[in-house]
Amino acid sequence: MTVAPAPACAANPWLAHTVRIAGITAEITGVTTYDLEFTDPAQAAGYRFLPGQFNMLYLPGVGESAISLSAHPQSRGRWAHTIRTAGNLTQALARLGPGSTLGLRGPFGSSWPIAQSEDCDILFVAGGIGLAPLRPAIYHVLDRRSHYGRVMLLYGARSPEGMLYTCEFDRWTAAGIDVQTTVDRAATDWMGNVGTVTVLLDRLSLARPEKTILLACGPDVMMHFTAQSALRRGLTAEQVWLSAERNMQCAVGLCGHCQLGPEFICKDGPIFRYDRLAPYFRVEGL
Amino acid sequence: MSDTLLARSQLQTLLDVLRSDGFSVIGPTVSQEAIVYDEIESVNDLPCGWTDVQEPGKYRLERRSDEALFGYVVGPHSWKKYLFPPLATLATADRTDAGWTMGVPAEPVRQYAFLGVRACELAALRVQDRVFLEGPYVDPIYKARREACLIVAVNCTQAASTCFCTSMNTGPRCTAGFDLALTELPHGFVVEAGSDRGSALLARLPVREAADDELTQADQARAEAVKDITRTLNTDGIRDLLLNNLEHPRWDDVATRCLSCTNCTMVCPTCFCSSVTEVSDLQGDHVERERHWDSCFNLDFSYMNGGLVRNNIRSRYRQWLTHKLASWIDQFGSSGCVGCGRCITWCPVGIDLTQEVAAIRETTP
Repeated sequence: MTVAPAPACAANPWLAHTVRIAGITAEITGVTTYDLEFTDPAQAAGYRFLPGQFNMLYLPGVGESAISLSAHPQSRGRWAHTIRTAGNLTQALARLGPGSTLGLRGPFGSSWPIAQSEDCDILFVAGGIGLAPLRPAIYHVLDRRSHYGRVMLLYGARSPEGMLYTCEFDRWTAAGIDVQTTVDRAATDWMGNVGTVTVLLDRLSLARPEKTILLACGPDVMMHFTAQSALRRGLTAEQVWLSAERNMQCAVGLCGHCQLGPEFICKDGPIFRYDRLAPYFRVEGL
Repeated sequence: MSDTLLARSQLQTLLDVLRSDGFSVIGPTVSQEAIVYDEIESVNDLPCGWTDVQEPGKYRLERRSDEALFGYVVGPHSWKKYLFPPLATLATADRTDAGWTMGVPAEPVRQYAFLGVRACELAALRVQDRVFLEGPYVDPIYKARREACLIVAVNCTQAASTCFCTSMNTGPRCTAGFDLALTELPHGFVVEAGSDRGSALLARLPVREAADDELTQADQARAEAVKDITRTLNTDGIRDLLLNNLEHPRWDDVATRCLSCTNCTMVCPTCFCSSVTEVSDLQGDHVERERHWDSCFNLDFSYMNGGLVRNNIRSRYRQWLTHKLASWIDQFGSSGCVGCGRCITWCPVGIDLTQEVAAIRETTP
């Protein structure tokens, strides 16, 4: 089980720290990456996160939202958050320009078991915006590429225009990650795969399933079928890790909102080993 | 230390000592035809000569034949409203020329003395301690208030039809978690100290050593409560029983009766779900983040990404019951239920969780 860095228990978990928008990158329609920097140098100096962890971003008067870090895990000074404009907070955020300030609490939650999986083959499986929480883990692998076996990214999106970080794919491929993409729908000029991401997984030849770790992030239904496919391909549930999602308010297991069966997604997750989540993951209305 | 006796006429001295020490004394008092917990100044504020009659969906005050001060069981309030306040400001934000400045309010610590805490309620405090104090993150408001609070427990000498503390191993006898524990007799209270703080307090009270027959009387009075308890909840393997029956037809059955009114979660002494809302001044320059009690029975509680995860009563009742009795054990190492029976009494349609569990158990091979 991955363990988050021990939080400073003496600290008030509700105290946000002021961050400034240092950079804004439009990724695809409706998705933007915000580089955030702390206004307090002491916060900036002490801030560390693990791939897969999230922050609570706060706009006073609007509210808070749990946003995964999409930054390089060794980032210093500014941290990237890739955000889809969806609810109140993200819509208000979309109206802010560089230099605007907001609040940040974090990092919270569990992380991808990437540092513990050296010598393994790594299978990243992402759907849509789900590539954002995986990107820190991908960066980690790129930094230590020789310590891993075969590394693949299977990425599915609704359309070619809905794919994130495509400008990085060549670099990732050159560095030794086999990037395969697929889309649900495409115009006639699309020469790539069409179909769900599990189709890519089903036809993959896995050299050593017993030494493969699968990390998946995307819509629930996509992760469910990815896990099923992985099990059919000879992986055990202990080798499959998913990122679960629920509404969060406190991020520290005190408000009760994000429960899924016995799990608090905020503090026990969001990254779970599949065997732990499997009994509850697809129960309607749980 | 041997048990001592505080004369009924000296109970006011206990209140006076606590108040002079700076405590707000919170105790039982009659309000709106119920015995509730509120700040009290005098023994005259206590529900002298009143008792409560409880059944599923029913709560009535009735006159007793004696002048007992603690001759009732539990009412709609629990002590959690003082340690985990229904409304609290968690954080603040102020707009400055340099952008938003974040803060947390510096609340003066409220020093409460709780008078009349029942055994099941001591257990409930322990349950909330595990939630708010013993996980990886600590709730600062609960922590400050809990550490400052002093507890004068009162042993039950009767039980309601809705009580099942004996099934949950939480009562009716107060065994730990108090500073002082009283057992009421007609002419006074047998007092035991449960902490150094309690011993120190006791040393300042005009008590005398209790006579043997007074101790026997106290034993008998406490035994009455045990005899009164008729309701049971079989907790054998209850975690697996419920979590392995997430699609049991009983959830559909209870959903036809449950109104999703949230009463059970509001009266429950352990339910801790909350939500945060933004409260800003007219300019929007000063914002406070207010936490208020919420409930898994509220429709919006499971809002996510423009939809609702638990969009029917079946799923919301299932969430409440499986959390309370099953997944709570995974999360906090104990049941979330202390057997106080409030959720049964205050359910407008009298849904009884012990019966719901029994129904699932009966039909599980």
